[in-house]
Amino acid sequence: MLGRDEDILKAAEDWSKEGRGVALATVVETWGSAPRPVGSNLVIDNEGNFLGSVSGGCVEGAVVTEAIDVIDSGKPKVLEFGVADETAWKVGLSCGGTIRVYVEKVS
Amino acid sequence: MKLDLLHTLNAERAARRAVVIVTDTEAGSQRLVKAADIAADPLAEVLDKRVRMAKSGMEETAQGRVFLTVHVPSPQLVITGAVHISQTLAPLGQMLNYAVTIIDPRTAFATPERFPGINVIAEWPDVALPPLHVDRYTAFVALTHDPKVDDPALLHALSRDCFYIGALGSRKTHGRRLERLKAQGVPDTALARIHAPIGLDIGAVSPAEIAVAIMAEITLRLRMKQDKAEAA
Repeated sequence: MLGRDEDILKAAEDWSKEGRGVALATVVETWGSAPRPVGSNLVIDNEGNFLGSVSGGCVEGAVVTEAIDVIDSGKPKVLEFGVADETAWKVGLSCGGTIRVYVEKVS
Repeated sequence: MKLDLLHTLNAERAARRAVVIVTDTEAGSQRLVKAADIAADPLAEVLDKRVRMAKSGMEETAQGRVFLTVHVPSPQLVITGAVHISQTLAPLGQMLNYAVTIIDPRTAFATPERFPGINVIAEWPDVALPPLHVDRYTAFVALTHDPKVDDPALLHALSRDCFYIGALGSRKTHGRRLERLKAQGVPDTALARIHAPIGLDIGAVSPAEIAVAIMAEITLRLRMKQDKAEAA
């Protein structure tokens, strides 16, 4: 049942209580066709394990990399991914939409 | 997100209560608003609307631009009566993401063949209802036409905070029902919560059309502001 948001959030809590570094990524805005709705979550630990989804798989790799930075620094970040956005990020959404993802540390 | 905030969030979710996280994504500041605290919150109007619509999103507020993560329990639909209307109402409820349960002690009615893929309980309401946790996110519908089944079920629903209670029957039938429930000590304010005749007045004729009218009324109660819902 880990596909459901509440279980992802429970996993975030459990991982954090186990002493793992944990970050929570949330889709905060979408434009055009986006694969996952606003509010979707991805939970990442400091070893790159993750649960959930913010894009249906297109940008998870980049979000995980950024999330590990956020776990280290403790500073939240807003990431933006779009199909034409090649300057900031090497990955994009094949569906043509744009998404903004908020990444924060669980501390 | 602070771990204690995450813990509270998960506890509220487990208890099937709505909760909103208000995040300033630029400053990184964050707070949690429980359903019970929405009315007293500076963002009350926005929060109330977001919770009714079960929709997360960015919002411009007097306090600046914030992201609202809205967590709302999935609704359930509890029906007494494995009857004709239920044969449309139950799958319709499922399509609208309700967890649907039908209760009917009459085993000839409550068969899996008549309700494929639906949770049908062939028991009396006093046995079947307590484990279902009828709560704020439950719509309750009484359709048997049989006071022996519907009345105890309605008594149970009225003792809970469910967002919708409806009962099948003409005004005359409902009048008699109200007298029976009143005799059982139910106050008028509670009785006024029962929608009867059930469903929006769309001129429904067939059982399937009545099911649509019921589901429309349930949706109205779930999504609209209370005063607008009253006016409809």
